[in-house]
Amino acid sequence: MLKYAVSKISQSLLLLFGVLVLAFFMIRMTGDPASLMMSRNATAEEVAAFREAMGFNRPVLVQFGDWISKALSGDFGNSLHFRESALNLVLQRLPATLELAVVGLCMAIIVGIPLGLIGGFRAGGTVDFFGRLLALLGQSIPNFWLGLILILILAQRLGWFPVFGNDEPKAVILPAFVLSLPVMGELLRLTRSATLEVRSEDFVRTAFSKGLRRRTIYIEHVLLNVAISLVSVVGVEFGYMLGGSIYIETVYAWPGMGQLVGQALGWRDFPLIQTIVVFTSIIVLALNLLTDLIYAIIDPRIRHGR
Amino acid sequence: MADKPLNRRADSRLELETSFQDRLRYLGRLLLRDRIGIIGLFIFTSVLFAALFADVLTPYKPLDQDLQASKMPPAWSAGGSIEHPLGTDNLGRDLLARTIYGARVSLGVSFIGALIAAALGVSLGAVSAYVGGRLDEIIMAPINLVLSLPYLLFVVFVASVLGRSLINVILIFGITNSPIFARVTRGEVLRICQSAYVESAISAGARWWRILLIHIMPNLVGPLVTLISFQVSAMIFYEAGLGFIGLSVPPTVPSWGNMLAEGRRYITSYPWLTTLPGLAIMYTSLGMNLLGDWLRDISDPRVRRASR
Repeated sequence: MLKYAVSKISQSLLLLFGVLVLAFFMIRMTGDPASLMMSRNATAEEVAAFREAMGFNRPVLVQFGDWISKALSGDFGNSLHFRESALNLVLQRLPATLELAVVGLCMAIIVGIPLGLIGGFRAGGTVDFFGRLLALLGQSIPNFWLGLILILILAQRLGWFPVFGNDEPKAVILPAFVLSLPVMGELLRLTRSATLEVRSEDFVRTAFSKGLRRRTIYIEHVLLNVAISLVSVVGVEFGYMLGGSIYIETVYAWPGMGQLVGQALGWRDFPLIQTIVVFTSIIVLALNLLTDLIYAIIDPRIRHGR
Repeated sequence: MADKPLNRRADSRLELETSFQDRLRYLGRLLLRDRIGIIGLFIFTSVLFAALFADVLTPYKPLDQDLQASKMPPAWSAGGSIEHPLGTDNLGRDLLARTIYGARVSLGVSFIGALIAAALGVSLGAVSAYVGGRLDEIIMAPINLVLSLPYLLFVVFVASVLGRSLINVILIFGITNSPIFARVTRGEVLRICQSAYVESAISAGARWWRILLIHIMPNLVGPLVTLISFQVSAMIFYEAGLGFIGLSVPPTVPSWGNMLAEGRRYITSYPWLTTLPGLAIMYTSLGMNLLGDWLRDISDPRVRRASR
């Protein structure tokens, strides 16, 4: 187990380094980050002064070393718009985004897994039909568009929910639901196919022939086995939700990291965007590492090398 | 001598099974048995038809402005006119025309993007799996990196740095989606390489390119076509998302994403400007997902039998 954990952790550190490299070079893709970040009507002198101030005229490798060493000590530079530490700004926005993603993930799990389980057991039944329809729609409806439509109908016409912001507790319901929809479909599909597979295993048939209660079989024999394959997916899906929150938070004016990205785009505040990208990637990498380790704990086959 | 007729019979049977017409007929039979496939194919062809014959289908051009007829609701609601069946936007541009021409942009971007991604990814994945060893690690390291990142955020980042242009959007989609193809291809090639028929081909003295072309490539077609279908659906989403926050193709190009972004500004007073492009995205994406489901089922013989 220790050996497995060490190899997974070192892999994650390598990926982290890769993220830093990627983020550093992506901002320099056009060749001139200074004119990228300045407004279009800045004079040549202003751009040159900015380039000097940001250190963009030093050799790239020097800049890179500087950036990496600062980033590793938690300094991602300053936001151009707010003129303060970009990391602090991101940390202020983090709780709102996490709230949205966690509530959304819970919704997806609560709806997706039971429907997938029932659908897998009674393939072709009514529940299965509606479950698959939900999964298909979840994958086919652009969720930020659905967000707009729901605002129009549920928030504006009917007044059931606030139109934007997160001032009241129930405000989280609409954005979290919209964000969870694709994930819901994905979890449903996976649970369904995993259930279909496990259902035909010998130990399930044995359990039935022993005369065990249906519920016991569903939960202890099937769900626990299905859960193993779901653990790794939940981590990935959470990462997806953090990224997808750009659109949902923009639609609902939800004061999280995603909305900050949308705003920073307008301000051409690339250091801030860069920080959010790196920070979110770190969260996702950490989550993937965590699920890998949990995976190994609940499934001994993994840690002993397939 | 004695085994000659036997051999010939085996040969002719082989011919029978692999004749192109036969395969087509088989595919048609599979399609007819599966309503999902028919619906998916129908949706896909209808969108493709709209994209190809946009000039014939509507008298208006997507950029034709008619300020006197601006903000007209669809024909079925009060104030609408049959001249603009789906209404007009704030500049008096015909919404039906924009939606139809939008199919051209959105479908074009996502199809070309998916094809670039497939070409890049398949070559990387196939080489990685086939050569193996050090090269495998070198190729797969950046691919695993990209696959473990929050994709939507990275696409927004890249698009914001590169700026709005049609070529940029296509290239971004093509390059950033190639890792998925590389991973799938690598997995498939590794699986196929271990199969008995490849082993027997190697022991019969087949060259590496022959194995690659005759034994491996044909087996990749099924999974790849399936993946392309799902990726096209995903890229229509990505384009819509990028357009929505103003990072997709330039605003003069009538893509569904740009229409959503423009409609959003008028969502409370002129909701149809947002509703229609969204429905178009949903319709197309639904079709591509159904098509992908069907392709996955028929390209995997185990599922093909089990689902009957």
